[in-house]
This record gives sequence, C-alpha cells and structure tokens, in this order.
Amino acid sequence: MLTFVVRRLLLAVPVLLGVVFVVMLTIDLLPGDAVTLMLGEHATKDAVAKLREHLGLDKPFLVRYLDYVGRVARGDLGRSIQQNRPVAAELADAWPATLELTVAALVIATLVGIAAGVASAVRPNSLFDGLARLGSLFGLSMPIFWTGLVLIVVFSLWLNWLPVGGAGSLSHLVLPAVTLALPSVAMIARMTRSAVLDVLREDYVRTARAKGVGEFLVLARHALRNAFIPILTLLGLQSGQLMGGAVLTETVFAWPGLGRLMVKAIFARDYILLQGAVLIFALAFVLINLIVDLSYGLLDPRIGRQG
Amino acid sequence: MNAWARFRRNRLALVGLALVVLLALSAVLAPWLAPYDPARQSLIEKRARPGAKYLLGADEFGRDILSRVIYGARVALLVGVLSSAIALVGGLLLGVIAGFAGGWLDAVMMRALEILLAFPYLLLALAIVAALGTGTLNTTIAVGIWGVPAVTRIVRGSVLALREAEYVGAARALGAPSPALLRRHILPNIVPGLIVYGTLFMANAILLEAALSFLGLGVQPPTASWGLMVSTGRDVLLVAPHVATVPGLAIMVAVLAFNLVGDGLRDALDPRLRGSV
Repeated sequence: MLTFVVRRLLLAVPVLLGVVFVVMLTIDLLPGDAVTLMLGEHATKDAVAKLREHLGLDKPFLVRYLDYVGRVARGDLGRSIQQNRPVAAELADAWPATLELTVAALVIATLVGIAAGVASAVRPNSLFDGLARLGSLFGLSMPIFWTGLVLIVVFSLWLNWLPVGGAGSLSHLVLPAVTLALPSVAMIARMTRSAVLDVLREDYVRTARAKGVGEFLVLARHALRNAFIPILTLLGLQSGQLMGGAVLTETVFAWPGLGRLMVKAIFARDYILLQGAVLIFALAFVLINLIVDLSYGLLDPRIGRQG
Repeated sequence: MNAWARFRRNRLALVGLALVVLLALSAVLAPWLAPYDPARQSLIEKRARPGAKYLLGADEFGRDILSRVIYGARVALLVGVLSSAIALVGGLLLGVIAGFAGGWLDAVMMRALEILLAFPYLLLALAIVAALGTGTLNTTIAVGIWGVPAVTRIVRGSVLALREAEYVGAARALGAPSPALLRRHILPNIVPGLIVYGTLFMANAILLEAALSFLGLGVQPPTASWGLMVSTGRDVLLVAPHVATVPGLAIMVAVLAFNLVGDGLRDALDPRLRGSV
C-alpha cells in the first residue's frame, strides 16, 4: 500500500515538472513583451531592462526553468509581480475558498447525481427517467457562468432568498456550489444510470433476487457497490471539470478563490503568480486522481495495487 | 440498415440537426435576418426591455440583442468549426505517428500527452490564451490546441488496436506499404469515430469560446460573441436581467444541438461506441 502511494507520488513529479514547463514555455512564446505591458508603453528602455534583469527574464529559457524548479523544490514560489507578495502567501489566502466551493459542489454532485441515476435505472423509461435524462442533457449544455447568473436573478433578485455574491456564510455558498455542481450532477446521473442498468443485468443480481434478497439490499449491496467503479473514475475526471468551472463560478459570484486569482494574474500579466496557481491546480488534480485510484482497491478487492 | 436510417429514427438527434441547420442559416444569412445593425447604438434606448421594437430587448449600449444573437452565431460556429479542424487534424497526425512509430517516440509522446491532460479543464486553454493574447483568431487557436491531446489519444488507441487486427496483418503480409495500410485499412476505420468526436467537440468548443469570452480573455468587443454579451450583461444583471440571460440561452441551444447530433451520430455510425465517447 505504502509503496504504491510513494511510487504514484514519484510518478506525479515528472508530470508536474512538465506542467510547469508547458506553462513557462507558453508564456515565453508570448509575442508581446510582458515587461513592456507591465510598465506601459512610455517606459524608458532603461527601466524595461532593469525590470527584466530583476525578474531574471534576461536569462535563457532553460536556465530560468531550472532556476524556478529548483526554487519550487525548496518551497519558494517567488514573489507576485503586482502585489510583490510571496506567491505562496497569495495562494494560501485563496485556496481555502476554492476548496470549500469545490468540495461543496462535489458533495452535491455526488449525492444528487447518484440518487437521480439510481432512481432512473430502477425504473428505466419511466416518467422520472425521461425527465432526469432530459434534465441532464440540459445540464451538460448550459454554460456554467450563465447558470450562475440565472440563479442569481431567480434566487437573489426575484425571490430575495440568497446573497448575490461574496463569501463568508453558508448562504453565500449555496448558489455558487449549486452552479458549479450542475454539469457534474448531469454527468454523474448519466453514468450512474448506465452503470446500474449494466449491473442489474448480471447473473449475481438475478441469483440474489432468486434467493429472496429484498430489492433495496440488491441495490445497495450488489448493484451500487459494483456500479461504483465507473462512477469513481468519472468523479476523478469531474474534479478537473470542477476546477475549471471554479474559475468561472468564482468570477460570477465574486468568490475569493484561486480561480479569480488566476484570472486576475492573467490580466495583470503576473506570470509568476499564474505559474504558482496552475501548479497548485495541477497538483490537486493529480492528488485527487491518486485518491481515486487508491479507493478502487477498497471497493473491489480484485483490483490489485501494481499501479 | 445504413447510418442515415438509424440516425433518422432518433427523434432527439433530428431536433438537434434542425437546430444546427437553423444556427448555420442564421450565421450565413445574418445580414438579411438581423433587424438592425448589430453595432448600431442607441443610447437613449439602452437596456430597453423586450418589446415590439426590440424583440429581445436592447443591451447596455442600446444595441439590438436579437441582431447581436444572430450575428453571434457566426462567431460561435466559426470558432467552433475551425478549432475542431485544428483539434482533429492535429490529433489525427500525432495519433497516427505515435501509433505507427511505437517505441521511444510513442513513449515520449504519450508522456507529453499525460502532462497536457493533467491540466484541469479550461486551465490549459487559459494558459494558451495567456501566451497568445486575446482576440477571435487566438481564441480559435487556443480552443483547437486544447482539443488536440484528447483526439491524439483516441486516434493512437484505434491505430494500435487496428494494427493488431487480422485483416491489417494479412494486408501487411501481402506486402502492403505503410501509407497504403493507413489509407485503405486504418483511416476508414478511424473516421467515423472522429466525426462523432468532432461533433461533440463542437459543443465543447462553443462552450469554451463562450467561457473565455465571458472572462474577457476570448473574443473582444465590439464583436458580437455570445459569451461576451453575457459578460456585458452581467454588469447590469440586477436592473436588466435580460441583457445577460438571453445570449446565454443561445449558447445553451447551440451546445445542446451539437450534443444531440453527436449522440445521434455515435449511435448511428458505431453502436459499439455507445457510452464510451
């Protein structure tokens, strides 16, 4: 078990190195010069050169890359250009809000998605099934930022139940979390429906029924447990969707998280902050998928841990 | 039963197809369909509610929202089609190379692919936009590049599977050179899957373009892009909700349309793919 975790974590290192490389390279290929953009068009050549040197931009790309990686390995993410604060501090301020939002969304998506999917699968082609499938089609097609605005109009403007934006209390969390969860609810409901339908056709389900196991136990002990493997894979992939969606949701609801920080960094050409933010997102994504892989073994003892 | 007959029996897919045709028509015929010039401002009528003069109301600058939604179909479809082309062609080339070459080249390409796929959704596109800059062309390129890794993986997987197929082995044993194998035996088997994936990718491309434009990192004003329209409407959401919500409906309809057609094509072209793409 431990060797598996350690090996997977070691395997994640080249991926993260690659992510940093890609981000730095794309920024490096930038046609406009970041420094000129930062200082404005009227900056003197001297000032531009000075800032370039200060930021280390006068060195060749590979040197800068190795330099950055070396510093990250020692826990130093550099200083943000705009605020001139340690990037680690800026990220530390922002990530709890994003974690709160994405975890809330993931919980909603899992509970609602699995419940709807199971209900659909138990009575396929019923009225509920039809409505749920239609609903998930729409859920997958709605742009998340628009869903957020529509929810604001309905629940904040018309009904006056929930705040328009900002963070701080549970009532602030409801709309952003629901917004972020909706596309995943749709995906999970679809996947659960087809996974449970597949399992219900299996021989062991028929055997269980034949020996008189109640329908609820058949679902809970046999169908859902086996259907959980594909659902779990999907949850890992959905976490990536949720992080991307968080960028949009945070923007719509003025939620003070990593996504908004990242958009701000792009606008300000604060590439050091941007690199840090992308690195954190990629790290989280890798870790979540590691947890998903680990939980396969818990659900299905047949799955070994060879990696 | 041929593919079209199977497709035709799927009512939802037909609805999707009708919507796609409608979108294409409004994109092509925009100058004739739109009641007003999409850029025409009328500041005394700003935020006008939907009514007889402006069927869907007017935006912050008094521009007719209906006309802008119609013109917006041009941007959405243009970015969608071109970025899908980039993703499909790029992915096809890389996937065939990786699948055929095998060995260290394949291994290196797959590691690189893993890195790109480790970017959570949207973040890769954001990184590319951060590098390329904004604008319609750069948005198209960013969305296209964003799609390349997934296509590459699909194509490589099919090439690897087909290379092992007996009829391909037979053709090879008969002395067929690689290009002929590729053209006669492998590509025809990959194309249906790519058509399906490309259609579903259109839906994602339209969503992504809208998202980037909404963030202010995609198509720039004054071009009528749906995502951009939602973004301008957001500032007046509480006084004039229609400015932001109406263009968003257009995005949803377009995405829904391509999703429906894509699902229908998948079931019609290759029933085995059901649930996998």
